[in-house]
Amino acid sequence: MIRFLLLALSLMALFSFSGKTAVFNPETHTLSNGMQVVVVTNRSAPAVVHMVWYKVGAADEPRGQSGIAHFLEHLMFKGTKYTPPGEFSKIVSRNGGTDNAFTSQDFTAYYQKVARSKLELVMKLEAERMTNLVLSEKDVLSERNVVLEERASRTDNSPSTQLFEAQQTALYLNHPYRNPVIGWEHEIRDLSAENALSFYKKFYAPNNAILIVSGDVSLEEIKPLAERYYGPIPGGAKIMRSRTLEPKHIAARRVSLSSTQVRQPSLSRIYITSSYRTAQKREAYALQVLAEIIGGGTQSRLYRSLVLNQKKAISVYVWYNPTALDYGEFGISVTPRDNLSLAQIEKALDRELSEIKTNGISADEIKRAAKKLTAEAVYARDSLMAAPNIIGRALTTGQSLEDLEEWPERIMSVRIPDVVAAANETLVMRNSVTSLLTPKKREVQ
Amino acid sequence: MQLAVPALLSVFPIEFCGAVEIKQVESKSGIRAWLVQNPSVPVISMSFAFRSGAVSDPTGKEGRAQFVASMLDEGAGDLNSEAFLGKIEDLSVRLRFRANLETFSGSIQTLKRNRAEAFKLLALALNKPRFDKDPFLRIRAQLSASLRLAQEDPDRIASRVWYRSVFGNHPYGRPIGGTLASISNIKREDLFSFSNSFFGRKNLLIGVAGDIDPDELSVRLDEIFGGLPQGSDPEILTEPEIQMEGKTIVVEKSLPQSVVLFGHRGLKRTDPEWYAAYIVNRILGGGGFSSRLMEEVREKRGLAYGIYSWLNPLESVGLIMGSVATSNSRVKDSLDIIREEWRKMSELAISDKELQEAKNYINGSFPLRLDSSRSIAQMLLAVQVNRLGIKYLNRRAYIINSVTKDQVKKAAKRLLDPGLFTVVVVGKPAGISSSQ
Repeated sequence: MIRFLLLALSLMALFSFSGKTAVFNPETHTLSNGMQVVVVTNRSAPAVVHMVWYKVGAADEPRGQSGIAHFLEHLMFKGTKYTPPGEFSKIVSRNGGTDNAFTSQDFTAYYQKVARSKLELVMKLEAERMTNLVLSEKDVLSERNVVLEERASRTDNSPSTQLFEAQQTALYLNHPYRNPVIGWEHEIRDLSAENALSFYKKFYAPNNAILIVSGDVSLEEIKPLAERYYGPIPGGAKIMRSRTLEPKHIAARRVSLSSTQVRQPSLSRIYITSSYRTAQKREAYALQVLAEIIGGGTQSRLYRSLVLNQKKAISVYVWYNPTALDYGEFGISVTPRDNLSLAQIEKALDRELSEIKTNGISADEIKRAAKKLTAEAVYARDSLMAAPNIIGRALTTGQSLEDLEEWPERIMSVRIPDVVAAANETLVMRNSVTSLLTPKKREVQ
Repeated sequence: MQLAVPALLSVFPIEFCGAVEIKQVESKSGIRAWLVQNPSVPVISMSFAFRSGAVSDPTGKEGRAQFVASMLDEGAGDLNSEAFLGKIEDLSVRLRFRANLETFSGSIQTLKRNRAEAFKLLALALNKPRFDKDPFLRIRAQLSASLRLAQEDPDRIASRVWYRSVFGNHPYGRPIGGTLASISNIKREDLFSFSNSFFGRKNLLIGVAGDIDPDELSVRLDEIFGGLPQGSDPEILTEPEIQMEGKTIVVEKSLPQSVVLFGHRGLKRTDPEWYAAYIVNRILGGGGFSSRLMEEVREKRGLAYGIYSWLNPLESVGLIMGSVATSNSRVKDSLDIIREEWRKMSELAISDKELQEAKNYINGSFPLRLDSSRSIAQMLLAVQVNRLGIKYLNRRAYIINSVTKDQVKKAAKRLLDPGLFTVVVVGKPAGISSSQ
């Protein structure tokens, strides 16, 4: 329920889907100032979700100011020319609505969920804070402490998150994805109102934003409102998002953390790979199918082999996140059974991965994976929040609405050689960081 | 498929949701469910609960109900674990079971086209669970691993210590998931004894939403639940004696930030002053950025990322609780402010504006939560679990609007007393130590 949820990974990407099979049927329009408007009609309740997505995230921060994108997100609730500090959420709440915001490496999003009759009210408020943010020194300093407390809760009190941070810095040698979205503690301590305002002025403009509304409305009804509230905001200069890129990866990396706070060891490995945007052809779709075959549920390779047959693992978890402006990540994590060392579990894991790379997969496996993935599209329609979330992530990371529409067909058209090629391309040690989390007193290896 | 007539007992139009109406459906054999029919997406969601949960775990076998919840999709009837889970996944069925303190609940979501097989699997799980040895050992290892994961988690420690301190040996004082020792004491027979006694029609409550009509639902209800025995009555617990009132317990851990859990006796759900107390809590600490605690602790002073209070109405006792996480050096400041706000709320009147805004939120946000068939089915179940009756949904806004400022003030005075706090701090708080 906490506002300002921080997104490290967007697993929602797995549940993207299509308009061709009549999933969301989004309608779209672009205002003259460059702001894109997307509407997904859903008449099951007289409610709407109103979201504004900015194409800016932690990976766009100036060097040395890690955390400024997320800090600005907090400060966006600290008042504008016409809305006093702290009032934004209170106004939404006294009108029966809820609001929130979140920041990732690639985007920052703000939303309100309200009765249809309150749509104009929240649109007016949101449009106003696109240009009129006013910050007082006192509010900025106090909010910076809030962010430090947030960092303490999420990271400093949690060895697994601390290790994840280390894993990300090892995964990205040069790209800003190496910095945590919330920022490094010592850099958060130095963030100022000026830093926030200069970031705001550079990136918060209609031509860098997308309005997404889902619920009991149509584009026809939204257009005049959007023209009225967002239309008059002048478009800014064209915004370039340029990030330093990764060099060629030569060496496999390992990070480990041993802590008295840990009682249950675990191993995870993340491979840096293509995203939807950076893939040469359709590797991102093959990788989704691969992730499903390797670790999606109890019929997957790793579950069958490590958990059921060899009884070496308690659980396995596999994910692939293609919804990123730059690199995608393919991750595997395994929790070993009692008394089994992480070295033994890693050996068993590597055997399974090399089996897939060498001997491929069966027609049955690929069919089953595609069926499971595409079924998620139907469930996604049964929710007001899913559509704007999925569309927002896609459009801020270089995908188009057409890409989303064609998602089921692209998943269905993945063939065995595509999956094997993707496995051989991605599951390569030099592209990876393996992380080991262990209890302090216990010997591993 | 045969049609049961009459399946439809009654229809209650729900005003807040426009055209939405709740249908009360009864099967041939007398199983009842509440239904909100919505054909716009081909998905069906069903949520159900039996009135018995972790409080029925035998001493020394704490965690039994949760063990059962974790085993129900691990094989049933003639399907072993692998076959059962394989079918669930191939049909893209979402099947979940959960042990709560006083209920055992389940939910199923299925694509409409797969409903026949999906409901058959649910029926098997409830009527003919296998609890086979192999999955039993695997799930035991998983439950133990998750207990180990929780062992050093400050939030989990705070919660364990708080309930144990306040309720002692009363069943409310025991962790739902049990302990490493109690989990290893549980045998397969213990799981059967839970499912045989408590999966009964007498204790069953059901909410359904999505693309299914009353006639079909009535037939499905018999297919799924019709074979269950009447079942045992849920155990009625004695009212627990509350211990450690006014005491502070520090669990020392070398963490940069302390996690604090506090609370004291509150009101039961059946209390005549429940709704006034609900408004009190909304204004005090249940209202996110509109609450006084958030304003004072986070917004004005930047002492914490989040601070909340909530009502926790158990069957035999009510509680009001709250939590905050603050740097070790500032825990004392946060607690002082919390106590002060608690006291102010208890002693001073609230403004008309605060009351009106709280009412607006409580009434305005409720229908917004019902934005998927799953959330509607869950709401239909929750109303039944709380014994509120089908007309409650239409009366809810009226009940909230009728609460007066005086009633709120009276309820606040009765409800809130910072002197009664049992406070658990996990971390290394400066200037705070355990009470003697």
